[in-house]
Amino acid sequence: MTRISLLAWQVAVAAVIIVAWQVASTTHVVGDPDKIAFFFSTPAAVASQIWRWVVGGSIWYHLWITLLESMLAFVIGSAAAILIGFWFARREALAAIFDPYVKAANALPRVVLAPIFTLWFGLGIWSKVALGVTLVFFIVFFNVYQGVREVNTTVLSNARMLGMSERQLLRHVYWPSALSWMFSSLHTSVGFAVVGAVVGEYLGAAAGLGYLIQQAEGVFDVGGVFAGMFVLAAFVLLIDWAVTLVERRLLVWRPEISKSGR
Amino acid sequence: MPQAEAANEPGATRAPGPGDGRPAVRLDRVTIEFGISGGQLFRAVEEAGVSVGAHEFVAIIGPTGCGKSTLLNAAAGLLLPASGSVEIFGRPLSGINRQAGYLFQQDALMPWKTALDNVAIGLEVAGTARSEARERARSWLARVGLASFGERYPHMLSGGQRKRVALAQVLIRDPGIILMDEPFGPLDAQTRLIMGDLLLKLWSDDRKAVLFVTHDLEEAIALADRVIVMSAGPSARIIGDFPIALPRPRDISEIRVEPAFQALHRDIWHMLKGEVLKAYGTGKIGGEA
Repeated sequence: MTRISLLAWQVAVAAVIIVAWQVASTTHVVGDPDKIAFFFSTPAAVASQIWRWVVGGSIWYHLWITLLESMLAFVIGSAAAILIGFWFARREALAAIFDPYVKAANALPRVVLAPIFTLWFGLGIWSKVALGVTLVFFIVFFNVYQGVREVNTTVLSNARMLGMSERQLLRHVYWPSALSWMFSSLHTSVGFAVVGAVVGEYLGAAAGLGYLIQQAEGVFDVGGVFAGMFVLAAFVLLIDWAVTLVERRLLVWRPEISKSGR
Repeated sequence: MPQAEAANEPGATRAPGPGDGRPAVRLDRVTIEFGISGGQLFRAVEEAGVSVGAHEFVAIIGPTGCGKSTLLNAAAGLLLPASGSVEIFGRPLSGINRQAGYLFQQDALMPWKTALDNVAIGLEVAGTARSEARERARSWLARVGLASFGERYPHMLSGGQRKRVALAQVLIRDPGIILMDEPFGPLDAQTRLIMGDLLLKLWSDDRKAVLFVTHDLEEAIALADRVIVMSAGPSARIIGDFPIALPRPRDISEIRVEPAFQALHRDIWHMLKGEVLKAYGTGKIGGEA
């Protein structure tokens, strides 16, 4: 399939859904259009809501807040995870001692932490960043840990035979290997950073996309909820695209990346 | 093990070239064991004695799984023998063998570095300035015929090209000893011949000590000054030591048809065959060989 026809098909899927939605919410083909419009809103209403946000300019502030929270969560969570992942991978005993605690913390649904973070960090952005960090941390941590532990033994032996000291091994072998594992989970971890930010906003905030959606829901403004979801979806797609660009740049040496161009 | 000791002697006395007579590598009554499940010990190699002169090319040959590579790893300092001694230029080896370069059977290049950086890294970690290291790496890439491939990552190279890069990576450090573990094993037959010729050409420039492990008898005879035969494992021993008095320089694709080559091949194969059959379990495929 060529790029053009692929894009055409992707647009066609959206068109079919929107047309079906429009038909169901404005005609009697499926059922009572007023009822359907109450529960699902109409494409026109959602579009005009998004238009008002964009033209009125209020959406940019909320987008910026969500973006800021996501980026902070990603950076802080990844940095902590790389540090601790490296440390644990190089100190078997440490990893063994903390193993049950790491597993327990990872198994905990992070949403239950949100009220505590609000209590600790207030209603501002930091409680949302904290929630994002707890999500990002474990994904990156497990990947870095794995990356350091599963360095190809031949490559490692070769590096030793080439005269590398422990520090040089860290820099030339362990570090790139761990980074490659981390980058392979970049889509997931960035996605979770956004999830943390939005869920945090949804549970209590004064700004951000999650806040917008929560406000609309509070007054049964289904159109507003859908509009917020569409903006969020576009936002996530954009971020995912940016991650793909970064990944392509950083992992040129990986066969699957440069072949598939993903 | 009388055979092992007997096998040790000719190498020590026959080391060609100058030098103070101390062999580059001397493995004496080396036994190597591995812990396996259930707390038992698996004895891979038993009381093996191998010595490689300072300018000598020695090939070790034996059936698959006989512990040839294990013995090589002991000489590299990657493995500690359970007993016996490893001496490098007369000094007991402790830790990694700093005077040796090691060409691995599997891909050992760092996949995140370009071919050029992979070759230069050995000099860089030894303290050579990056620009100079890269300059020398460039000329080494040219020597292995990959002058225009420096910016490629390993996965963009063919198996044979990766081996060339690995060869340059090892040789640029100018090691006194080169250890090779079936380096051309994964390559196709034609590429193996070409790589063998390239190796001999590069080696003949300064004739470092080479310990070359292979299961390919023709390759062993074509390349080496001496072929050492190992028995089937476990508890593999050295059972034979054959000097290869074929003249150099050799063309390894031509040399195979010479009568002297064929006579050596017949002699060594006579000894090796029994071990190969043992390795595959006698009586199972023994009938057809």
